Amino acid sequence: MTFFGLHFQDIVFYTLAAILLFAGLRVITTRNPVYAALYLVLAFFTAAGIWLLLEAEFLAIVLVLVYVGAVMVLFLFVVMMLDINLDKLREGFWSALPVALPVGGLMAVEMVMIVGVRNFGADKAIAPAPRPADYSNTAELGRVLYTDYLLAFELASVILLVAIIAAIALTLRDRKDSKSMDPSKQVLVKKADRLRIIKMQAEVEAPEAATDGKEAK
Amino acid sequence: MEWLANLFGSYWPGVELTGWTLIKIVAIVAPLMGAVAYLTLAERKVIGFMQVRIGPNRVGYFGLLQPLADGIKLLFKEVVLPTAANKTLFLLGPVLAIAPAFAAWAVVPFDMNMVLADIDAGLLYILAMTSVAVYGVIIAGWASNSKYAFLGSLRSAAQIVSYEIAMGFALVGVLMCANSLNLGKIVLGQSGGLLHWYFLPLFPLFVVYFISAVAETNRAPFDVAEGESEIVAGFHVEYSGMAFAVFFLAEYANMILVSMLAALMFLGGWLSPVSFIPDSFLWLLAKVGFLLFLFLWFRATFPRYRYDQIMRLGWKVFIPITIVWIVFVGGMMQTPWAHLFH
Repeated sequence: MTFFGLHFQDIVFYTLAAILLFAGLRVITTRNPVYAALYLVLAFFTAAGIWLLLEAEFLAIVLVLVYVGAVMVLFLFVVMMLDINLDKLREGFWSALPVALPVGGLMAVEMVMIVGVRNFGADKAIAPAPRPADYSNTAELGRVLYTDYLLAFELASVILLVAIIAAIALTLRDRKDSKSMDPSKQVLVKKADRLRIIKMQAEVEAPEAATDGKEAK
Repeated sequence: MEWLANLFGSYWPGVELTGWTLIKIVAIVAPLMGAVAYLTLAERKVIGFMQVRIGPNRVGYFGLLQPLADGIKLLFKEVVLPTAANKTLFLLGPVLAIAPAFAAWAVVPFDMNMVLADIDAGLLYILAMTSVAVYGVIIAGWASNSKYAFLGSLRSAAQIVSYEIAMGFALVGVLMCANSLNLGKIVLGQSGGLLHWYFLPLFPLFVVYFISAVAETNRAPFDVAEGESEIVAGFHVEYSGMAFAVFFLAEYANMILVSMLAALMFLGGWLSPVSFIPDSFLWLLAKVGFLLFLFLWFRATFPRYRYDQIMRLGWKVFIPITIVWIVFVGGMMQTPWAHLFH
């Protein structure tokens, strides 16, 4: 099915790509950091859409699940709580420009050299034949991860584990002066720890004098 | 049909597919909206009954038109925009809350072959959609420019991210048993009567999943994001009229969704518990109805959790339980008793 010489898939691709480029640009040009984080969310979401077009549905959904659903939520969480003074952030813009411009330019040139047409042109990567509808992308990916690339996969997970432990160790400071509750001790509390029943004689109030009875009431 | 096909010419197959898909979407969303409306009535009736009250009984016979009256009332109320609020994001918040709650229904199977999109990674898709729903709450809280709303959204973000891990791990157990991420295949993996449903071999995971689901939907006793006694109404304190109603709809649609998932993954979906009664969509409805009743029952029974206890329960109790049980299930699958877990 074609519209004005374009396949429907092409139209979807160019729409998503345009949104992706726009969102990516806005991430670095917008002034409000919360907006920047939200544009990054939009960029991830549209990137997932482009991956869907490549029939990589597992990766696309995982991109949304991990980056949009978890990483960016924490990002937003931090960015929203920061009290950022925008004027102060832009203070050093002109003084840093002479250094930043060559560095940025060099990085851009390097990236173009590597991911440019010479290495990643349309003739280098031939489009794979479309798979039948019952082809399970997920199962194939799992099979490859746990057979051919098992070592790399395990290494990556160990590195992540080390990063988790390091992050926890860095932030786990036990302040001596802070008071906190220990829930495991709380749930072990017995009645006897809190309540003491005392046997005592009933106290009988002495009958009051008739004159100040009104005031007492 | 014939003249329509002639009208669109070569575009007809695409138009026909789009049309049918739209009809199917309406056939899912319209009853869902009805269910959401009557779930609010059911909640008020059930909690009223549990607290020895009558509940709404004025509008319509037995109060049956109450949801309609509420809806019309909210529709005609003004949506107040706070002066210092971020207008765009303030209005985007409710939309982002309800869109994923409906989008997730695309892969939910209602019966054999009765599903809108029978995709391979259906379960992952649902997890992704439910995790996106948190943006509605966060953005609403931030854009309202109110301290209470902001506190509510921060609480909600931390809580949802924490419980998502336990929820995801609980579902890993289901994947191991079913050998598939496709919801239809997961249900069919449980065929053979009550004793083959996954809630038996995966009982700890079922309990963890359902409690995490209550936390994910911000329902009592985990409703600290609203916490009306501490932070007034949390993230939606500044919302009124239809914008408020959309948050309400999203919460109830999410409740129905997570109950549906629990029914599909642990309680055999549309399968009948005994062999002499045929499988039917009605079984699914009954199971979902029961789980929804649990939601209401919890709300009427339990006092709200303290915030640090919520975090402790999620991280220090549920995640260890799920990890231990996943390792146990994986180990048992290598033994002669593996058939008990499939």
